[in-house]
Amino acid sequence: MKDTDIKRLLYTHLLCIFSIILSIFIPSFFLENFSILETHLTWLCICSVFVTAVNLVLYLVVKPNASSKRSSLSYKVARFLKCCIYFLMSCFFFHVIFVLYGAIIFETLQLREIPPVIYIFVFYRVTSIWENSLQITTISSFIGTWLGAFPIPLDWERPWQVWPISCTLGATFGYVAGLVISPLWIYWNRKQLTYKNN
Amino acid sequence: MRLGSGTFAACCVVIQVLGVALFLRGFFPAPIRSSSRTEHQAEPPAPEPSAGDRSNWTKLPPPLFRKVVIMLIDGLRDDFVFGSKGVKFMPYTTYLVEKGASHSFVAEAKLPTVTMPRIKALMTGSLPGFIDVVRNLNSPALVEDNVITQAKAAGKRIIFYGDETWVKLFPKHFVEYDGTTSFFVSDYTEVDDNVTRHLDKVLKRGDWDVLILHYLGLDHIGHVSGPNSPLIGHKLREMDSVLMKIHTSLLSEERETLVPNLLVLCGDHGMSEAGGHGASSMEELNTALILISSAFERKPGDIRRPKHVQQTDLAATLAIGLGLPIPGNSVGSLLFPTVEGRPVREQLRFLHLNAVQLSKLLQENVPSYTKEPGFEQFKMSERLHGNWIRLYLEENNSEVLFNLGAKVRRQYLEALRTLSLSLSRQVAQYDIYSMLVGTVMVLEVLVLLLLSIPQALSNKAELEVPLWSPVFSLLFYLVFLVLSALHVIVCTSAESSCYFCGLSWLTAGGVMALISALLCAVVSALAKVFADGKHLRKNPAHPKARWSELDVLILLGTLGHVLSLGASSFVEEEHQTWYFLVNTLCLALCHELYKNCFLRDDGEPQPCSHVEQGLVSSEPALWDRNIHCNVSEPHRVSKSPTSLDTLRGYEKWMVLASPWVILTCCRLLRSLNQTGVQWAHRPDLGHWLTSSDHKAELSVLAALSLLVIFVLVQRRCSLTSKVAMALGLLGVYCYRAAIGNVLFPWQRDSKDISKGVIEARFVHVFVLGILFTGTKDLLKSQVIAADFTIKTVGLWEIYSGLVLLAALLFRPHNLPVLVLSLLIQTLMTKFIWKPLRHDAAEITIMHYWFCQAFFYFQGNSNNIATVDVSAGFVGLDTYMEVPAAFLTAFATFAGPVLWASHLVSFLSSETRSGSALSHACFCYALTCSFPVSAYIILVTSLRHHLFIWSVFSPKLLYEGMHVLITAAICVFFTAMDQTNTKS
Ligand SMILES: [Zn+2]
Ligand SMILES: [Zn+2]
Repeated sequence: MKDTDIKRLLYTHLLCIFSIILSIFIPSFFLENFSILETHLTWLCICSVFVTAVNLVLYLVVKPNASSKRSSLSYKVARFLKCCIYFLMSCFFFHVIFVLYGAIIFETLQLREIPPVIYIFVFYRVTSIWENSLQITTISSFIGTWLGAFPIPLDWERPWQVWPISCTLGATFGYVAGLVISPLWIYWNRKQLTYKNN
Repeated sequence: MRLGSGTFAACCVVIQVLGVALFLRGFFPAPIRSSSRTEHQAEPPAPEPSAGDRSNWTKLPPPLFRKVVIMLIDGLRDDFVFGSKGVKFMPYTTYLVEKGASHSFVAEAKLPTVTMPRIKALMTGSLPGFIDVVRNLNSPALVEDNVITQAKAAGKRIIFYGDETWVKLFPKHFVEYDGTTSFFVSDYTEVDDNVTRHLDKVLKRGDWDVLILHYLGLDHIGHVSGPNSPLIGHKLREMDSVLMKIHTSLLSEERETLVPNLLVLCGDHGMSEAGGHGASSMEELNTALILISSAFERKPGDIRRPKHVQQTDLAATLAIGLGLPIPGNSVGSLLFPTVEGRPVREQLRFLHLNAVQLSKLLQENVPSYTKEPGFEQFKMSERLHGNWIRLYLEENNSEVLFNLGAKVRRQYLEALRTLSLSLSRQVAQYDIYSMLVGTVMVLEVLVLLLLSIPQALSNKAELEVPLWSPVFSLLFYLVFLVLSALHVIVCTSAESSCYFCGLSWLTAGGVMALISALLCAVVSALAKVFADGKHLRKNPAHPKARWSELDVLILLGTLGHVLSLGASSFVEEEHQTWYFLVNTLCLALCHELYKNCFLRDDGEPQPCSHVEQGLVSSEPALWDRNIHCNVSEPHRVSKSPTSLDTLRGYEKWMVLASPWVILTCCRLLRSLNQTGVQWAHRPDLGHWLTSSDHKAELSVLAALSLLVIFVLVQRRCSLTSKVAMALGLLGVYCYRAAIGNVLFPWQRDSKDISKGVIEARFVHVFVLGILFTGTKDLLKSQVIAADFTIKTVGLWEIYSGLVLLAALLFRPHNLPVLVLSLLIQTLMTKFIWKPLRHDAAEITIMHYWFCQAFFYFQGNSNNIATVDVSAGFVGLDTYMEVPAAFLTAFATFAGPVLWASHLVSFLSSETRSGSALSHACFCYALTCSFPVSAYIILVTSLRHHLFIWSVFSPKLLYEGMHVLITAAICVFFTAMDQTNTKS
């Protein structure tokens, strides 16, 4: 039971990583002058849309917890509303933190907090190992963002050193790392982990 | 010998200060001078080259100008003259530049852009060493070969008015002088009036050859209110009228004598966008240089951009213009446009003289000078020159002569340029031996500190220092002998001068003995650690110490900061690192608080040991960087259930809100002063407040800040100091009003600006009074040895005395920094450290991080220019070196000092176990010495880096100063600790 779950987790994560890689290459066929650095915001949006879509599809396909009680419509609506609220709250929270770290309020109005936040939103509803992997990916993308802030003061004059880019890139790398790490971590620690639901 | 860990740490830091001082002495050696300095004057000038020896022109050419006036305006940035400001405020100068008989240049100053080294560069043409910044305040007489000395030797009569630095640099050189002191930065009218008032009289007289005027007002305005202040315009207009006066008078005199005069307008350095100078931004480096003389050709409507030249070029030009030999150490090349109007033979002769002087300097400083391209070019042009002379003497065809002359000239100019460039690139040589000795001392101390962590942070806070036994061991004598032998070998073989070799044998021997004793101590500590490790491995029954997230963060942050010092841009933007770390620290604390508040309900049952959360169990002192330590200590988990339970209602809310309040405070502070390099030009609150339009807002803010300071500080003081504090803060406001920074509500305009000496002294008296009361209480507590509260009150009084002094010295727009620092300290104490029961080590390191962050919040940076020199003259009538240096140092390091003294007061007012202070002292010493040692090694390995002088060296000076202050703080800690253990 558990091993199959972990396997499924691994596959879904690999799909997520694949979708991120796709989001780097596919738009360049459709959009003129597309590059990660120059049209950073567009890429960010596309990336988040890809990841969200993949996650939703996977959610529908995999159905991590398909108990009868939870499948009622009102429950689903409530769940969805809850997710929205959490999403907005985390947006606000991250916004505040970014401002405290010195971003100028003006610039922050762009949707740069999306990547770390979207994962919370997408993964929130799952429990068990799914929740565990969610924790890991969130934390690692947060650490990625944190580390991404380091190269900003360097005067290498690289295009990726501009303020949001290095952070969001850091977040994306952190997210990918988290996706890879979490199944492995759960696999190593599967003896210690017990979930109430299972 | 058993030592308390506090005492041990204090000793270590004091030794480290010695090591750093030695390193600095080696790193900033005295600049090397031309070896033939003494003979140089007697040496005959180089004869004109010729293919045969028919040329008989061996004497120096006669002077080109009869009189020379040098008008030096301190801080005259290039755009003040050539930019829009110049057009607007300096019409006469602009006219001269565009249409008159003049040559204008942008003269590039070299580092450090501070007045005294720049004067030296202008007059000697050499590149002074970086250490001249430090010697800037008490300038010794200039012994290097320079234009002024040459002029005096040639019997010229020199008159000087202006900055006193000149009089100190050139004592007995001037037939008449009037020096004005540059130390009252807030005075910008009187300094210049003192110069101008002599002008009419002097210009009428004809009994002088060189007149030097040094105007300080512009620089002072820059320091006080920045380059965009409206006062700048007034000052420039005043300078323009002075220039016009001098120029007309010189012109009218020329009409009688028919010999041209020269008027030089120049700046010593520029002015950064913040108004200071000392660093290497373009605004600080580029100065205006205009040579005006009727000997030059008029150039109607020639509005080209002025050419970029080096500041050092002026010395050679002046020497040629006055008919003097070029100073021996000059690396500059003649500004050729000044001699363009002369006959070709003379032109070539001047160029030849300059090239001979430069190539001689090159020969003395570069062993492989024959391979230098400049030298080859020089030899080639000399040969061509000889041919030209032969043709000339044979009176050949004028066309051929002219063409060949032009060719020789081009060749010479090229040679001069290359020579001058390669000479300027000659980096000052490092005194590697002294640096090495200093580094070894610093590193040994660091290793000793690191090795003694487990013992020093144990509950007893004592450690066995193997100091006496190694003295009698064989190892000590062996090492000592080897080192002494090395010393003798190095010092007898070294060609270049070395500071450490210059010390007396006894001192050097003492240092060697110290190094070997330290080495023995390190070895025995190492042996002990190994023994302990073996012992531990045999019985691993002890539970492993667990690290909380906070410990990991603190460790990673410290390491990350040290690593970041290797990159020049991280050094420039070090404030970003600290803001980042402090923010992360706050978030981590927030996380910990919330975990403690909310997650405990459903968590596993807590270990019951928290019942006796009295003195002993709350002191585990776990922070360390080694794995093999503190195994026998009480477990961290045992202290976690905290007094959060006991808090209720409003207090709990305060606890939950406090991290966010602190984060907001930090955000506000960081927008108050933009520092660093990349983003320093961004508009910030500080600029907004100091601009003259917002004086009312600034006054309200200052008054409010002083009020809040009083409210926050007075709680813990005795009644007397409360009254003294209130009066003192009132005095601070009066002082700021007196020097015109803020307004009283009843006062509409600030006409009568004084130096505010009386008001400032009034505050000084109260500061001393409060400090005295505090010291008295401390002494009393030591004598009586019973009353604990007296000591606490005494410490808080000393702390509040320091706060009052800081309030006096901070500029009014910086008072919020003080307020918010007090606020953050209060919040941290009340709602974070007390409820969460952090141990002394963690609290110390958090304090250290805030120390650093506040150093930058104040507006400091790793750059000499941001040091607020005006703080050194608060309450002083005349310049007194010791108090001024002390006040400036205090004002610069106020943030760190205040946080450190808060740490002492906080830890000793908490009735904790006696070891808290020793632990804190040890941790403080360790956290300070770690970056210094790492930085010394980094700087040594990066000593040929491109930015070594502009970025790394100033930071090195700051680090050295920081170690000194840390040593003082640690000694204070130890003194407090002694009284603690006694009572
Ligand atoms: Zn100056
Ligand atoms: Zn100045």
